[in-house]
Amino acid sequence: MKDIKIHVNDLSLYYGEKKALKEISMQIPANKVTALIGPSGCGKSTFLRCINRMNDLIPDVKITGEMLVEGVDIYDKNVDVVNIRKKIGMVFQKSNPFPKSIYENIAYGPKINGIKNKTELDEIVETSLRKAAIWDEIKDRLDDSALGLSGGQQQRLCIARTLAVSPDIILMDEPASALDPISTSKIEELVHELKEQYTIIIVTHNMQQAARTSDYTAFFYLGELIEMGKTNAIFTKPEQKQTEDYITGRFG
Amino acid sequence: MNSEFPNKQNFTKESLKKQFRLSEFLAEKIISSVAFLSIAIIVLIFVFVFKESLPIFNFGTSEKAKTEMEAAPDSGAKPESYGSEPTEELKPETYGSEPVANEELKPETYGSEPVTNEDLKPETYGSEPVTNEDLKPETYGDVKAEPTVAASSDEMKEVVGSNNEGADKTWSTFFTTEWVPVSEHPRFGLIALLIGTLKVTIIAMLIAGPIAILAAIYTSCFASKRAKEIIKPIIEMLAAFPSVVIGFFALMVLATFFQDVFGYESRLNAFIGGVAMALAAIPIIYTISEDALSAIPKTFTEASLALGASKWQTAFFVILPAATPGIFAALLLGVGRVFGETMIALMATGNAALLSANPFESVRTFAATIGSEMAETVFGETHYSVLFFIGSLLFIFSFALNAVAEFYVKGKLIKKFQGK
Repeated sequence: MKDIKIHVNDLSLYYGEKKALKEISMQIPANKVTALIGPSGCGKSTFLRCINRMNDLIPDVKITGEMLVEGVDIYDKNVDVVNIRKKIGMVFQKSNPFPKSIYENIAYGPKINGIKNKTELDEIVETSLRKAAIWDEIKDRLDDSALGLSGGQQQRLCIARTLAVSPDIILMDEPASALDPISTSKIEELVHELKEQYTIIIVTHNMQQAARTSDYTAFFYLGELIEMGKTNAIFTKPEQKQTEDYITGRFG
Repeated sequence: MNSEFPNKQNFTKESLKKQFRLSEFLAEKIISSVAFLSIAIIVLIFVFVFKESLPIFNFGTSEKAKTEMEAAPDSGAKPESYGSEPTEELKPETYGSEPVANEELKPETYGSEPVTNEDLKPETYGSEPVTNEDLKPETYGDVKAEPTVAASSDEMKEVVGSNNEGADKTWSTFFTTEWVPVSEHPRFGLIALLIGTLKVTIIAMLIAGPIAILAAIYTSCFASKRAKEIIKPIIEMLAAFPSVVIGFFALMVLATFFQDVFGYESRLNAFIGGVAMALAAIPIIYTISEDALSAIPKTFTEASLALGASKWQTAFFVILPAATPGIFAALLLGVGRVFGETMIALMATGNAALLSANPFESVRTFAATIGSEMAETVFGETHYSVLFFIGSLLFIFSFALNAVAEFYVKGKLIKKFQGK
């Protein structure tokens, strides 16, 4: 695998005494979609949140090992967590637009990064919404509250909001789990288009979704990385017995 | 079969029959009547307060007779006690009588002086009896006002007629700036009181608002769980302080301290009152804003942080706007508390109904006026009615403030911060 974006070396995470991630080592390729699958509570979401240090918010979390993003250990003491998160965006399971207008939702990220120019902001808002394939639906009501949008639209708005700060990596935590099939397929198409420019890591419970959208798949079980490889390979001839059992639905 | 679920009932028309549940019915009725009772009590209080102020709305003649009766001792006594000013003018003259005692000693040494002393003499002696005659009936006028005033009963009626033309006269004084309720010409100028009240309220809110909201932001967005557990109950404990204690603290400690710092003239003034009332308002504003801020879903915080916002940016650009309605309600409650606060106003504002823009000037608030004067008024008198009218005004003001805030400002704020 060439063009590795993220190197993870022996990463372990403890919630207090409990070891939630056990010596994870993996490489995540650039400009590809990597899917993280596994049963509930296996640590895949926790691992995802390690990548942009969202676990910092939780008290009593201890992390050991290395997380190298383009060669930089993001858990180094001299690294500013705010700058990491600007480069590594995140889309959450539950769509969470701010209780602001649609325009303000998108413009928030650029604004806090110091962009004040109105025309520049307008441009960013339009580009982001177009990239997230939602521009045509909402271009006439940018001043309306974002909370008035449908669930699928809200989720795409959240993706657009993430794109507006022009990250390198986008983390998606089950972005389509609360959406209907039509919205889900829109999100999946979107993921497919976005991987041209971004490295995408997506957590999903939906096996078909992982098979459809991702280039690489990693299977987590009980805090351990069991297997990682090309999606095709994982889904057709997995090397580990556990992976095969999970994929064929024998447990989990 | 039924052993597992002994209560199993067959699905018959009988088992589905509508049942009357007495205890639930009673509980519901009691709870709803309690709720309506509280509304009724509020209405009753307002009706009572307003009813007591009704006489000043009575523009008819029945009022005249009543005020005539009460005004008689007033109008008789007061002008004359003010008339006692001549006594001060007298003083130099009474001291002037000392030369009279010397006069007998010094005529020989200073030949020319006796002449002047002789000139003085008739004056001093002449003036004293006159003033005494004027004074005596007047200073004791309270007791036996009749001989002087009633002597010319026509004149008295004229005086009463011109001073207390019932409600019309009282109303016309409402919009003046002088609050002189006990006088020959009682003036109930509410403007000075209104400005005083507003001044104190604004000062208090300017101090309490930012402090309380910033403290709330700190505890809900920045403080560690442990710090929050310590800070929150302590600030809330301030709410349990009796206002008389805060007033006393302001009177004894704050007043002196701020006078040393700023060096203004009157020790007790609107500023001190505002600071003391801010102490009373902070816990209220803090508690409610803190709850509003903490109620903002964690997902907003996460979304903002994931976009690369710092904690400060998240707090001020996401959480604070989202909590605007709650914080607004908190500020309103704070205003209500300050507006109606009596004891602190009484103790710390200086209680002088002065009209000025200077925050370091003594003021008198509506509530303090009622608090300090109600005990001294005659039941049913104009002054008494005016105090109750002020009470109704307080009620109407806070009601109007809440209504305007609820229906107008809040909607606008929400639109501004949260989109249409």
